[in-house]
Amino acid sequence: MAHDTSFTNQNFKVVGTRVNRPDGMDKVTGRAKYGADLSAPGQLVGLFLRSPHAHARITKIDTSRAEKLSGVKAVITSADLPDLTNGAQLDVLENCMARDRALYDGHAVAAVAAIDQQTAKKALKLIKVSYEILPHVTDVDEAMKPGAPIIKDNIFTSGVDPKPKKPSNISKVSEFGHGDIDAGFKAADVIIEKSYKTEQTHQGYIEPHACLATVGPDGSGELWVTTQGHYTYRTACAALLGMDIAKLKVTSSEIGGGFGGKTHVWVEPIALALSRKANRPVKIVMTRDEVFRATGPTCSTSMDIKIGARKDGTITAASSVLRYQNGAFPATWAMLGAMTSWACYDLKNVHSIGYDVLCNRPKTAAYRAPSAPMAAFGVESTMDLVAAEIGMNPVEFRIKNAAKEGTRASYGPTYGPIGIGPTLEAAKNHPHMKAKLGKNQGRGMACGFWFNFGGQTCVDLNIGSDGTVNLALGTVDVGGARASMSLIAAEELGIPYEQVKANVADTSSLGHNDTTEGSRGTFSSGMATIFAARDAIEELRKRAAMMWDIPVEAVEWAEGEASAVGSEHGNLPALSLADIAKRAASTGGPIAGHNEVVADGAGVSFASHICDIEVDPETGGTKVIRYTVIQDAGKAIHPDYVEGQFQGGAAQGIGWALNEEYIYGDDGRLQNSGFLDYRIPVCSDLPFIDTEILEIPNPNHPYGIRGVGETSIVPPLAAIGNALSNAAGVRMDHTPMSPPRILKAIEEANG
Amino acid sequence: MSGVLVDTTVNGDPVQFACPTDEVLLDSLRDRVGLTGVKEGCGTGDCGSCSITLDGQLVCSCLVLGVEANGRKIDTVEGLSDDNTLHPLQEQFIEHAALQCGICTPGFLVAAKALLDDNASPSEEEIRYALAGNLCRCTGYDKIVRAVQAAAKQMRKKK
Repeated sequence: MAHDTSFTNQNFKVVGTRVNRPDGMDKVTGRAKYGADLSAPGQLVGLFLRSPHAHARITKIDTSRAEKLSGVKAVITSADLPDLTNGAQLDVLENCMARDRALYDGHAVAAVAAIDQQTAKKALKLIKVSYEILPHVTDVDEAMKPGAPIIKDNIFTSGVDPKPKKPSNISKVSEFGHGDIDAGFKAADVIIEKSYKTEQTHQGYIEPHACLATVGPDGSGELWVTTQGHYTYRTACAALLGMDIAKLKVTSSEIGGGFGGKTHVWVEPIALALSRKANRPVKIVMTRDEVFRATGPTCSTSMDIKIGARKDGTITAASSVLRYQNGAFPATWAMLGAMTSWACYDLKNVHSIGYDVLCNRPKTAAYRAPSAPMAAFGVESTMDLVAAEIGMNPVEFRIKNAAKEGTRASYGPTYGPIGIGPTLEAAKNHPHMKAKLGKNQGRGMACGFWFNFGGQTCVDLNIGSDGTVNLALGTVDVGGARASMSLIAAEELGIPYEQVKANVADTSSLGHNDTTEGSRGTFSSGMATIFAARDAIEELRKRAAMMWDIPVEAVEWAEGEASAVGSEHGNLPALSLADIAKRAASTGGPIAGHNEVVADGAGVSFASHICDIEVDPETGGTKVIRYTVIQDAGKAIHPDYVEGQFQGGAAQGIGWALNEEYIYGDDGRLQNSGFLDYRIPVCSDLPFIDTEILEIPNPNHPYGIRGVGETSIVPPLAAIGNALSNAAGVRMDHTPMSPPRILKAIEEANG
Repeated sequence: MSGVLVDTTVNGDPVQFACPTDEVLLDSLRDRVGLTGVKEGCGTGDCGSCSITLDGQLVCSCLVLGVEANGRKIDTVEGLSDDNTLHPLQEQFIEHAALQCGICTPGFLVAAKALLDDNASPSEEEIRYALAGNLCRCTGYDKIVRAVQAAAKQMRKKK
């Protein structure tokens, strides 16, 4: 049944309240089961042997001694993993297990399953791999130069005409924009052009990847796994291993953070392959070192940003050239960077071009608003430089050029109602903007954008015989979604929140759901929950009509009960959900509502952040002393968890801005694959993070919901760079803005 | 496996387990005692997810050998509430939405309890430094600090 998805501006009873989450009890008592927390009788321990080389030809792998070790039940190399996808998913397979070449430090080359950790470790030492070391490249600019080592000889640059004859590390070129850039720059009074670099960062979820895989000789299997997309994992694993999708049941465990990093398979297909070979359950838990070296961090980048403006503050032209390091496998991150870079502004003449580039680094994955924070670092830093040059307040400069309803976005579409202007006005009027600053302190602000996404979604709503309600969701709960979905179901049914219990269903219990990414969880499962509830209400009305023996048209549903209306039946006492549920067996059986939808019409999201920072001019050390996030949520279903997304994204952005980076040696090996040397923000690094939720409804969702999860990581890099510039008088063009880099900039500025 | 028999008290109960001499207490607790509330985030003492107290002292159980627990008293998140009521810290973590994914929560609760056992009225700064050994990637720590402040207040009222 087609449903009307338009926003209806209803008055909410429970949506928007700060209820306790249903999974809270399990999580504060240690009972919640994450990826590594499930065990099976007879399970084996799976471990990986990984390449110590950035780039090497694998000439021979001898596993015979490992196979003979007592307690070893299976050893796997690429020889056990033929490509069954006709090349369609060869990249995914090759990343899970190197084939003829190891493409990055940490690339898996073999795996073992043994009766315990000690035996598995011993077995790894008995595997002999012969490598022929090849030249490598880990820097994006170096990888684009003629003569750079070619990472994959089957990659020819796409997006250029004519099609190149030679393979290249540039896998894709993407261009966006409109107007006449040259004319725009000619009309400018001021032109600022600057280059920037950002180093590679990792999502840094605290829970390493973990799974428990079981495959029997009948070809059926089960996978318990920490993932953002158990259906996606099922599809990928089934394809790579030649299994039937319906015969592989994937259950998503509680997920200990993902932020985009748990959207792809890494060790899971190998766990299943080991289990199939050993005919025993196999558990694999990655070490933190493996997580850093061999999962999917985000790109390092290099970029050139150019803005031209008139003295009155009107931007006449803007251009960006973005080079994104994608790791050893082709991706489209520079394309997303090029699409997002100018999305905040209403520009007549704009152009962006993205170069997606291969390097000898791990395959990159999404990281919260993937690609947008880097581009925003360049754009929003340059925005401040232009504002300073024309003598305009940076907030006023942004307000003057902000995109609005009807603006043609730099990446193509025309915006509906959007929140960039309102977040900027809120920033301008926020008390934070007027607060006094002390010595060596500075304030900066920046804006951010993210598309948001909808996608395939499916929800079941089942009513128990006592009138309590189970909600089966197919999107994963990454931070309070079960509470939000329960609020929505309660709102629609007109019952108390406590009467609903939401669960994340496994792949065999509910239809396909796309991965929980693109801030789509609350938007799309929220939409499907609304329609599943309305579907159930239709059924409840029918059952009430049957119980009363009156036409269904004479039954209304409101406040959690069925009422008979009209002069003929109006005196019948109302039937509650529980009254109707109790009689289900005699009125047609179980009562349920379902919805399957491709949730279109995701609402774009904007944020403005304000940051105060203190710099120690003698050490280059910094301290964030105040931070404010202002973002458009569309509708905040559970304000606590919306604030949590704002705060968490800001904290990740602060870490990216100030500390976090992948450090590669000349040998192409990652030198800081642990939380000691890859330093994410700790509690004492941060102040309280103030939040202001704006609610500009998304016209394409009944409740006005947009996504809220990602945009908050976009502005911090530039907000901090701009604050630093005001605190220490130095313009930083390279993240992380770590103490040595800041000190160097201060010393250079002082001559 | 050449194992050593270890005699301990876990959350008030006598517990025996056998483990190899090179096994860390984190693995013994998870794999042999069955307490999977103790989480591994790094295995190198940097993230605090495996925080427990050993004879009342806060430690990372990934940096302690299983055999070192012999004759000692271990407390984990599973022992925080010993009857039908939650510990004030647990209550306030739920009330303040101080967890998103929740993987770091057991470690934070154990570390925060160690702080409040030692200092009933910590300042914001004292809370932030006491919890600086516990990594959270979801929350930005804002609601965690507020929950600990609220729990401290609740516990002072009770006394």
